[in-house]
Amino acid sequence: MSNAVTALNGAKYSGLIDIADAGLMGMITLRGDLASAAMAKVVKSITGAKMPKPRGVEIAGKGSVAWMSPDELLIMIDYAYADSAVAKISSALAGEHHLAVNVSDARAVFDLSGDELRDVLAKGSPSNLNPDSLPIGEMRRTRLGQLAVAFWFTDDSSAKLVCFRSVGDHVFKWLSNAAKPESSPNFYSAMR
Amino acid sequence: MLILTCPNCGIAADETELHADGQAHITRHGAGASDDDLEEYLFMRNNPKGVHFERWRHVYGCGKWFHAARCTMTLEVFGTYPAQTLEPPKDLVAKIKKKRPDWEGFVK
Repeated sequence: MSNAVTALNGAKYSGLIDIADAGLMGMITLRGDLASAAMAKVVKSITGAKMPKPRGVEIAGKGSVAWMSPDELLIMIDYAYADSAVAKISSALAGEHHLAVNVSDARAVFDLSGDELRDVLAKGSPSNLNPDSLPIGEMRRTRLGQLAVAFWFTDDSSAKLVCFRSVGDHVFKWLSNAAKPESSPNFYSAMR
Repeated sequence: MLILTCPNCGIAADETELHADGQAHITRHGAGASDDDLEEYLFMRNNPKGVHFERWRHVYGCGKWFHAARCTMTLEVFGTYPAQTLEPPKDLVAKIKKKRPDWEGFVK
């Protein structure tokens, strides 16, 4: 098998926040009826997580599940497990209208951390990053600059960000530029 | 700046996160329609100064379509509602009527 590498290939930047390649992550886009019991069951068996509420991210031992739209989930698991998980979903949901695709190699994933994180993201996104509007564990699909991204906070000062692989390098440069030292608007970080 | 709340994902989305797609509730006359119906579908749009019903797509968010009622003169947003409907919800129409007593009502 070929040697899988991420779009960012281990890139790192440290400034207002720390930006790092999150490494290989197994990702499956699953579309279908989110109210289906069979879907909840197979999602639980793959990740250990229950079905997320709208905009929620459920994190469990084996993986996590994020609500992407009223008929779409993003399942995040070990990279090596993604293909067999897709096969598992397809057999569990046979006969139900659904779509499951392994998108692990079609996305770039970032680990972001730092106290100024909300300020840095707010430089490029029109989303309301106030912790009351975007609490920890809530998925926010939005744009960063002119690119579609999705991010969610895993604790007070860290988040994961996902974008298309083809624009991974651009998003890295964009975030690095936005995180230049002494460039913080000190809006959200002053609230902390 | 225009902020619309997407009824599909509940996000109060900024205009730059959305895509506008013109008048809502248009009857899509297809093959076999009369020339007048086809002309109406393709070209004829209401353009009153005031209350408009529009289609929007939450393109950078959940990717779903929804409808919005707003005033093009004051930019006041009356409300948003799911796209799976042929006409605006009655309570929304009543709310607009209360705010704009001179409004002619929903015209298809």
